[in-house]
Amino acid sequence: MIEFLLPAAVRPTETEQIGSAYLLSISLRMDWQGQKLSEQLMQIMLVAVAVAAYVTGFMIESFRIMMLIYAGGVVLITLITVPNWPLFNRHPLKWLEPSVAEEYSKEPPQQQATAASSGKKKSTKK
Amino acid sequence: MHSWGYRLNAVATFSLTVLGVMCGMVSFSDNFNHPTPSADVRVLNINWFQRHPDGNDEVSMTMNITANLQSLFTWNTKQVFVFLAAEYETPMNSLNQVSLWDGIIPTKEHARFWIHTANKYRFIDQGSNLRGKDFNLTLHWHVMPKTGKMFADKIVMPGYHLLEDYR
Repeated sequence: MIEFLLPAAVRPTETEQIGSAYLLSISLRMDWQGQKLSEQLMQIMLVAVAVAAYVTGFMIESFRIMMLIYAGGVVLITLITVPNWPLFNRHPLKWLEPSVAEEYSKEPPQQQATAASSGKKKSTKK
Repeated sequence: MHSWGYRLNAVATFSLTVLGVMCGMVSFSDNFNHPTPSADVRVLNINWFQRHPDGNDEVSMTMNITANLQSLFTWNTKQVFVFLAAEYETPMNSLNQVSLWDGIIPTKEHARFWIHTANKYRFIDQGSNLRGKDFNLTLHWHVMPKTGKMFADKIVMPGYHLLEDYR
């Protein structure tokens, strides 16, 4: 499976039952600090590569070398900052435990009662 | 930035913006190049000089063009277009320009050249003004950059003189 791609923090334990759709959504998700880090990395590294390419090209008087260095840098930076590396998932969000969440999402008792009565009406008609 | 699609989009747009700034700076760096080109043209022979039935004068001549345009080339130069024009004044027009020869210089190595040629394009006056005419030969060039601003300049070589009679 693709679980080995996930950072340890979101890797499901063996007892958890996780569907493939949920797994996919987690593997595409990046935590907040990770998003900030990847964006800053991308911007700083692109500017640094551009400066390096310009200086090198100017020194050896080669426009082609400048373009090749920059193109190589863009490819490298794309590989570093676009995939969801574990590096960007070191601060996972702490969700509430499922049991606690269920208590808060319980329906009020009145609605349960009306649902039960309507069920009864249907049964009496038959 | 939460999905790889957004991050790819951010990398693409920001890298293109940086590329644009880079190209602007490359074009700007051309301003620090102060070229010192040289050129010399010798008219070796007037092959023929005649008047057309419609009254226009035409000259054919053999020239020797020597030029060194290597200093025009920088790291941002794609090619240099160069042409030689005969320039003279007539009662009708204060400046007449007739292109006699042109060429495209692709690299710095080819920018120092020596060519022995008859005029590539016909030297025809609009009228009958060429007999005994003093004219300039002017070497014009346009520096075509890889990116950014195009430069153009010329060297004017005065002191050429045409024959008093047709032949």
